[in-house]
Amino acid sequence: MSSIIPADVEPPPSPEAPVRRRQRGKGESLGRYSVRRILTGLGTTVFVVVVNFFLFHMLPGDPLTNYTRGRNVDQNQIRELRKAYTGPLWVQFKHYIRNPFSSHIDSAQFSQPVWKVIGDHVWPTLLLVGTATVLSTIFGLLIGIKAGWRRGSRFDKWSTGSTLVLYAMPEFWLGMMLLILFSTGLGPLPGLFPSGGVHNPELSQSSPAGVLSILFHLALPCATLTLIYLAEYSLVMRASVLEEKSQDYLQTARAKGLRDKLVRRRHAVPNALLPSITLIFLNLGFIISGAVTIETVFSWPGLGELTYEAIRGPDVPLLQALFLLFSVAVIASNVAADIVVASVDPRTRS
Amino acid sequence: MSELLELQDLSVTYRTSEGPVPAVRDVSFTLPAGRSLGVAGESGCGKSTLAAAVLRLLPASATLGGRILLNGEDVLTMKFGRLRAVRWGAASIVFQGALHSLNPVQRVGDQIAEPILVHDRKATTGSARKRVAELLTQVGLPPRLASSYPHQMSGGQKQRVMIAMALACKPQLVIADEPTTALDVMVQAQVLDLLTSLVRELGLGLVIISHDLSVLGTTCDELMVMYAGRVVEHGPAREVLGQPTHPYTRALAAAFPTIGDPSSRFAPSGLPGDPPFPGDLPPGCPFHPRCPSAIEACSQRPVELEQVSPGRTAACLLVEARP
Amino acid sequence: MTEATAGTRYRSPRAIAWARRRASWSSSWGIFRKQRSGIAGVIILAFFIVVALVSPLIWPASDLDVSQATGPILAPPSWAYPLGTDYLGRSVLTLICWGARVSLIVGLAATAISMVIGTLVGIASGHYKGLIGAGLERLTDWFLVIPFLPLAVVLATILGPTLQNVIVVIGITSWPGTARIVRAQTLSVGARPYLERAKALGAGDWHQMRRHVLPNVMPLVLANTTLTVAVAILSETTLAFLGLGPSDKVSWGSILEDVFQNAGISQGAWWWLLPPGLCVVLVVLAFTLVGRALEVVVDPRMRER
Repeated sequence: MSSIIPADVEPPPSPEAPVRRRQRGKGESLGRYSVRRILTGLGTTVFVVVVNFFLFHMLPGDPLTNYTRGRNVDQNQIRELRKAYTGPLWVQFKHYIRNPFSSHIDSAQFSQPVWKVIGDHVWPTLLLVGTATVLSTIFGLLIGIKAGWRRGSRFDKWSTGSTLVLYAMPEFWLGMMLLILFSTGLGPLPGLFPSGGVHNPELSQSSPAGVLSILFHLALPCATLTLIYLAEYSLVMRASVLEEKSQDYLQTARAKGLRDKLVRRRHAVPNALLPSITLIFLNLGFIISGAVTIETVFSWPGLGELTYEAIRGPDVPLLQALFLLFSVAVIASNVAADIVVASVDPRTRS
Repeated sequence: MSELLELQDLSVTYRTSEGPVPAVRDVSFTLPAGRSLGVAGESGCGKSTLAAAVLRLLPASATLGGRILLNGEDVLTMKFGRLRAVRWGAASIVFQGALHSLNPVQRVGDQIAEPILVHDRKATTGSARKRVAELLTQVGLPPRLASSYPHQMSGGQKQRVMIAMALACKPQLVIADEPTTALDVMVQAQVLDLLTSLVRELGLGLVIISHDLSVLGTTCDELMVMYAGRVVEHGPAREVLGQPTHPYTRALAAAFPTIGDPSSRFAPSGLPGDPPFPGDLPPGCPFHPRCPSAIEACSQRPVELEQVSPGRTAACLLVEARP
Repeated sequence: MTEATAGTRYRSPRAIAWARRRASWSSSWGIFRKQRSGIAGVIILAFFIVVALVSPLIWPASDLDVSQATGPILAPPSWAYPLGTDYLGRSVLTLICWGARVSLIVGLAATAISMVIGTLVGIASGHYKGLIGAGLERLTDWFLVIPFLPLAVVLATILGPTLQNVIVVIGITSWPGTARIVRAQTLSVGARPYLERAKALGAGDWHQMRRHVLPNVMPLVLANTTLTVAVAILSETTLAFLGLGPSDKVSWGSILEDVFQNAGISQGAWWWLLPPGLCVVLVVLAFTLVGRALEVVVDPRMRER
């Protein structure tokens, strides 16, 4: 790849890159800052709860008919629905506020309480997203460091070019491409990987064969997510390392007789990691909702696929609960990001 | 017996997109152990490049010519392994702007201890810690400061930490690049006192680089004035400051008024214009566009360093050469 | 200014201003031209724009009509159908070219909305101190917290699957990003002396914002805009894939939706799957490269790195 690839690239703002939160002031103790940050987070949660209400209680059409169309619905449920969705708006709001997580309403599709449905679908998402996060963080950071340190080298050009292309890719398209190559099999490639689901239903999940089956099914979706996340981490880390490279204290380190690798490892990288840590934690919140398309493509029975089914319904109570869950996850990860960075960067400690 | 530091016709040229830029041109001097040399000049005259060149810390875009002999060994032809051992072990640098020359996320004590652990195979963390405490005391700082971070310290304290760090591996040569810039006057005086006493106690060779002549005049044995990458005057500090022969040195010395001397008051000082961009030097003597005593010949012939009196040289056509 | 020095022509202040503008534009172009990546991006974009404009002339809309498709179903590429056919027998090449129109229109229009709202809110929140500024900043923060996909999904469900609605949805969900950047830039501009002087001369808030803040904020906003378009196109693709895109139009995302819904993968129809995604990658990449090149032009700090 020639110099078509730009020298300095930071990833474009993703649709979900949030703002830099209020930083901790000098002299403010970690405890006080954490409390302040958590309170801000709770405030934002309140805002989100209110928004959640308005969004879902203003949908067109009669929620009761939508809900009960073609199904047998329990009398209790109809009573609950009436209380939640009919009447003047402010009455609905009062009812909603008492239980914003609407634990007593059943999902339209599953005829089970919404939160039980969600609970059943949590672990596949955690498995998929968790593994992908760990792998993409490790590899993304390593690639970014190596590319940024030896800027302009062949490794840098190739890795930056590839990560740019990956960053421009719709993740579900990459997933489908991997499926067609490795599951259906194209040309000389045999279709070895399963095309969907989380495990072979004939095998018990706790047996070694069952675990292996789960891993086998995990391979492709996890690879897709890892590649996509890796792109962003690598680009950010590279930009960060480039920024640190021009700092004076690196010259001091070199003058002290340190080898290049040590200068990089002990001095440049810890400083360059700080913005990346922020990014990783911030992403945690968005990852859950971002896996919607991937889980759909791979029929992975997690929260993402649940969301997809809820969209198709539309299963309003379920959508409402999912929306709230995703928003709270983002808020929580924002708070966590700020607190982690504040505790790790000594410049913000008193 | 070879001198501690000897530069022979050192030249440094940077390769840039606009062509080669000569930052340092044919600089030569010798420095024996126990002596101090001050290098003076305006910003852009090449003094910092000189400092970095001694330990080969320049970027890859710099081409070096000439020789730099450290205890007889040419730094420019050393193998990398030997160079790394020499760095800090034989010669160290106190960088300017200690604000950014220290790693912001590492404790100061660890940063001082780092070269000790790197250079001495037998050093342990315990022995390094003891040495760090010794060094901090030597520069006048309380040993408990070793556990603080750079941003928790004042400018003067940081500069002392840089000095302590420079002494960590017991070097024979210390180069101080603008050690007192950005410090207030009282702290400046303390740092300079510290440097002079250390030179005396430890028998170090010291090179101080500064744009502030008053700093160099009091601290150094010899003074070397640079302009546009060249040496324009060189000699014992008192003499160069007291009776400057080169017009530039004269202007530089006059720019610092002597407090209490009535003739300094109302005396016009300072030079019009700016130093030339090294990539775009005027013909002949590079100083002639700003020189109040320039004559026609100054813009035509290149000027060499000539001996003015024993131990003194200057590069000016108007100064009579006396071999 | 009326007494010109001998030998110079008198020029009105306006003429001088225009001459200055022309000079700065040509120097900006010079800097942009040196970025090979930016030029590559421009070429790719030009290609796709031409394709989008020209396709109705080459392939009539009736080719997309489901009931009129005459080709073989799921046929691999051949001379008759260079990119093969889809599950209804339509030529994939036609689908791609028509899809370019929707994807580009949505991307550009949604970005326009996002830019207008974002710039207004950003400048206001950066310029007005006190309650208004703080309030708008809070608002921006809060909207940034809400994850894109659930919000877009809900809005799309409420509004219905038409082209205009998709544009509105994406525009509404992306303005906070622009607002944040504009706000940061407004704050840095506000710290500059000429704004203080304008205030001292009696300039009101509106005049300050229009004449001083806006022209200084716009360059960075424009550079950021190209990146926003990239994200908008990705968002449209995702929404269409999930079935929330315009139901009557073909876009690259809707092609992928068809592939997924109609077992294109298990049937190995790679010619159907590869082109739409590849087009998205190329266009998004092109916008990104152009955006980075523009940032180098606009921000002098980026140049020497």
